[in-house]
Amino acid sequence: MADTKKLLRRGIPMYIMILPGLLYFLLFRYLPMGAIVIAFQNYDPFNGFMHSEWVGLDHFARLFGEADFWRLLKNTLILSAMNLFLFFPAPIVLALMLNEARVRAFRKTVQTITYMPHFLSWVVVVGISVLLFATQEGAVNKLFVSLGWDRIELLTNPDYFRPLYTFMNIWKESGWSAIIFLATLASVDPTLYEAAVMDGASRWKQMLHVSLPALKHVILIMFILRLGQTMDTGFEQVLLMQNTLNIDVSDVFDTYVYRVGILSAEYSYTTAVGLFKSVVGLLLIIGANSFAKRKGEEGVY
Amino acid sequence: MKTTGTDRIFTGTVYTILIVCSLVVLLPFLYVVLVSFATKHEVLSRGFFLFPKEWTLNSYQFLFREHNFLKAFQNSLWITFVGTVINMILTSLMAYALAKRWLVGRKTINLLVLITMLFNGGIISTYLVVNGLHLLDTYWSIWLTGAIAPFHLIVMRSFFQSFPIELEESSRMDGCGELRLFWNIVVPLSMPAIATFTLFYMVQNWNTFFNALIYINDSDKWPLQVYLRQMLIEAADSSMSLDIEGFEYGPPVKMATVIVTAVPLLIVYPFLQKYFNKGMLLGSVKG
Repeated sequence: MADTKKLLRRGIPMYIMILPGLLYFLLFRYLPMGAIVIAFQNYDPFNGFMHSEWVGLDHFARLFGEADFWRLLKNTLILSAMNLFLFFPAPIVLALMLNEARVRAFRKTVQTITYMPHFLSWVVVVGISVLLFATQEGAVNKLFVSLGWDRIELLTNPDYFRPLYTFMNIWKESGWSAIIFLATLASVDPTLYEAAVMDGASRWKQMLHVSLPALKHVILIMFILRLGQTMDTGFEQVLLMQNTLNIDVSDVFDTYVYRVGILSAEYSYTTAVGLFKSVVGLLLIIGANSFAKRKGEEGVY
Repeated sequence: MKTTGTDRIFTGTVYTILIVCSLVVLLPFLYVVLVSFATKHEVLSRGFFLFPKEWTLNSYQFLFREHNFLKAFQNSLWITFVGTVINMILTSLMAYALAKRWLVGRKTINLLVLITMLFNGGIISTYLVVNGLHLLDTYWSIWLTGAIAPFHLIVMRSFFQSFPIELEESSRMDGCGELRLFWNIVVPLSMPAIATFTLFYMVQNWNTFFNALIYINDSDKWPLQVYLRQMLIEAADSSMSLDIEGFEYGPPVKMATVIVTAVPLLIVYPFLQKYFNKGMLLGSVKG
């Protein structure tokens, strides 16, 4: 006991250092978690959390009964699936390629270029896409016209929303996401390649039978991590790409919450929508992590 | 080692693919940069082009005389400056203290931090808290809601944990207080880590968009990101376009705005790269 007391006293300067940060977590992370109670109320700003009417699960009943719900779920799942199957392999392929480029200066240059978009905001990236893909003034359509082709309504035709969404994701994040795979490839034992050469393996075969297997564990972990993020489709990107013409395919839970909640002030209902999303997300992360652990991999958290 | 024909084809393919990838990343930038130096007339009358026939700085001159743009630019600088100072003070102090293995209650606080990475109150509840604290339409709403990135905190804590315990013990022997130890010894020794996180937070603050969108209604207080969105993206969607006074921007001005919004990041980027290339952010994630 005396020891604990001594440690506590010794820790006083440490607690002072922690205090501002702790206050942040309590005020801006935990207080909002507490404010979730309004999902079970008809929250009225004038009455506050304490005196608003309790309605139980009414808002959830409304959510599941609404046609919007299935549309939101479908859109979220499709965008996530595209991320999982089209975006996810891109950084792996890029890392494998970079690993094969033996000219150091070349490799560094490609890395510098491909990492860069990660640091741009989504506003800038979507902004550039508008300048490139707009039907009248966009560079791509101007190019099509000078080639004698028809214009394509890339930004407003709903059919192009999902491919464009995936492409922009790949464009922005592939380079950055490749870092972890590159780091893993850098740690592969060089004797493995030497042995493969002895056996007469071509560079292609070496990549296939030495490099790729070395990535197996990281790929599995990253894939599971991605699965855990199924409900997160990149809120800012979707919101910025969204317009009245593509909203049927671009509306996801977050953008719905923003539109109905903040813009139309339906606080209680949209808190319920957000809570549904967060809980499903949490279950997915926990499920994915325990799956990883059962597979004998180190967990994600 | 002899090179066979298939190997040569393979290497050729690898280099070709990498060059194509780099071009796909670079060309959109290049287009926007080059055309921002064209005249409005040339952009509207001529078909597709990369190199303007007539080079002009008109767009940039116009932009830097435009009141709303200048205001937004200043706002972004201010948000980034103060925000990053707050981020760094709160994150480094907390990370340093939590790195002390002997600290009573350390595990509980770590758990509190970890939970916030898995679950959050959501957009609306956070908005209501910010509203309840009367922070709407002030930059505190942006600075405080993003004061600590839990991920950065954890990486930084692992970094401080790698400091030898002897350092702490010997300085205690010398009668050096904890805060002095932190400021005079730990901070100077941690400059690479501090520089890295400062840059990461700067990027985050400069790019802040959604929080500014929902918390700041007063358009005089908008940061550059919200201004750019208003000017470029909302206006492109004609059905949503808001009639802003003096909305006679030609395409080159839009391009110039994109460039100016992105350039500060491209300036700090080489510094950032110097550090993350060392891989300090990888492998130290688990703590």
